[in-house]
Amino acid sequence: MARAFTPKIITANALLEGDVVYLTADDRWSRQISEAELLTDEAHAQLRLLGAEAQTGTVVGVYLADAKPGDTGPEPTHFREEFRRTGPSNYFHGKQAEQA
Amino acid sequence: MYSYNEFDAAFVAERNRQFRAQVERRIDGSLTEDEFKPLRLMNGLYLQLHAYMLRVAIPYGTLNSRQMRQLALLAEKWDKGYGHFTTRQNIQYNWPELRDVPDMLDALAEVEMHAIQTSGNTIRNVTADHFAGAAADEVTDPRPVAELLRQWSTDHPEFQFLPRKFKIAVTGSENDRAVIRAHDIGIQVVERDGQIGYRILVGGGLGRTPMIGKVLNDFVAQEDLLPYVEAVVSVWNLLGRRDNKYKARIKITVHEHGIDDIRARVDAAYARIRPSFGGLDLDLFEDIKSAFAAPAFSQKPTALFDTAYQTDPIFRAWADTNLAEHRAPGYAIVQISLKAHGETPGDATAEQMRVMADLAERFGHDELRISHEQNVILPHVHKSDLPEIHATLKKHGLATANIGLISDIIACPGMDYCALATARSIPVAQQIATRFDELKLEHEIGDLKIKISGCINACGHHHVGHIGILGLDRAGVENYQITLGGDGSENASLGERTGPGFAYDEIIPAIERLIAAYLQHRDNPEETFLAAYRRLGMAPFKAALYDEAQAYAAE
Repeated sequence: MARAFTPKIITANALLEGDVVYLTADDRWSRQISEAELLTDEAHAQLRLLGAEAQTGTVVGVYLADAKPGDTGPEPTHFREEFRRTGPSNYFHGKQAEQA
Repeated sequence: MYSYNEFDAAFVAERNRQFRAQVERRIDGSLTEDEFKPLRLMNGLYLQLHAYMLRVAIPYGTLNSRQMRQLALLAEKWDKGYGHFTTRQNIQYNWPELRDVPDMLDALAEVEMHAIQTSGNTIRNVTADHFAGAAADEVTDPRPVAELLRQWSTDHPEFQFLPRKFKIAVTGSENDRAVIRAHDIGIQVVERDGQIGYRILVGGGLGRTPMIGKVLNDFVAQEDLLPYVEAVVSVWNLLGRRDNKYKARIKITVHEHGIDDIRARVDAAYARIRPSFGGLDLDLFEDIKSAFAAPAFSQKPTALFDTAYQTDPIFRAWADTNLAEHRAPGYAIVQISLKAHGETPGDATAEQMRVMADLAERFGHDELRISHEQNVILPHVHKSDLPEIHATLKKHGLATANIGLISDIIACPGMDYCALATARSIPVAQQIATRFDELKLEHEIGDLKIKISGCINACGHHHVGHIGILGLDRAGVENYQITLGGDGSENASLGERTGPGFAYDEIIPAIERLIAAYLQHRDNPEETFLAAYRRLGMAPFKAALYDEAQAYAAE
């Protein structure tokens, strides 16, 4: 039996800065995971992914990442995505610094 | 030190010009990412978790003060004020922006450096013993041959699309500080009947299938070296498994065909290739050798050193752990630890880089080295200058006296930066160092190499750590496997897994239990962890790791 679809977000890195970015419902690339569109329907997710992958002038390495709904928007379910939305743990660099 | 000739300089300038145009075309949309990616990788530019990463080669780990200052400039101008020295004598910048990279490469070219072939399926930066030219136990300086190999392998037309990456390391000593047995080709300079030649090992490597290199040829004469190495790489280039990236490295080719079969094929290829080498390489080698002539060592009294050693306990502790024997009387090799307790292994700030550059210029015949153990070396220092050097290092957080001790940990960037990582390694290293510093046990424990990798690719050399730690993703959480008894020296061996791994918050207590078992079971304080493990085997360590954990859990 096929595995049940779990909610996803679309994420990538910005072409120029390399920053982690997330696709929003209104077709922007946001630096904030909370602004990401949470995709709960597999067919819709695939369609959104195709659209995102076509934006090669803006982003690099587009993929679907698991996420769950949270109080302020989507949140990561895996530690890799947790680090991507925060930054490294050895220095206060990256997103955690930009958003402080 | 070797200086670029016209050809080197023109080649790097042309590659930089090409890459600048490639970046422009990527940004204006003329190149897709699929087209651009192989081009950026050829120039050392990766895309990591949070940003781009530029990996700059430091050939055979040798730098002068001007080059080190330029690395500091790059860190400050285009990064976040620091750089990360790696286990293959490279430096990595973790935060460059795509538009800035061509400027960074031009700045590197000003000091005869580049990032070419630091990635991709090519022959990578040729590494060497970081004590080269200074070590008391050396047959001869291995760097001229490393430079010869660098020139031969750079843009070698036959070897730009190899089955996989290819790494070469060279040592001039029987005591192997360059981990040659864990390289695709390991080269040891040897002397036979008054003749200098090379012992060639092949098929070593770590990663998902770790192997210790095997001797392919006990003695290759100087004039035969380049054709011989070219024969080895060309045999693998045709025979290597391009169908499966996990089986593509030469270690698998050697394993599948056997060393005798590989030797026969290399001999045949060598016979074919040899006549095409007309001796130009030998003339070139003589030129290169003269560039690496030893500095003029001075004859001065060492009284200043002797007094400081007797009267200053902090200086003495540093001298005891961080100095190595130099071949010239009155001289020492200084190892500057980039492993201050709680800091990131291998990181140096721009300010620290400048301090080390100044020291090299003032006291060290203008030479610096980067070790695969992620420390910086001043290879030629007169002992009378050591007290002043130590005082300066101390002011800049560079005088940690821990070389070869438990906190002198190799750690890959792990999941804090690397897109391939399955777990973090840096914070594990930081916590081990901090914990044993708090316990004040470091010197009591003595020689111990802990090496940590954040994925199976083993950039942190965990297989050859006396204690190896491998971070994995087990069902969505970080999990750390321990191996014991690995050794990257001339007595190379691969560590053996202890059993099930430990969660992120269990790994430091687990290491503590291991060390407690060692201190309890060692024969005497001179018996190192590795020696004790070799004598006792796995049993007491396994018991300490698992039986006690269960006992705690039952309480």
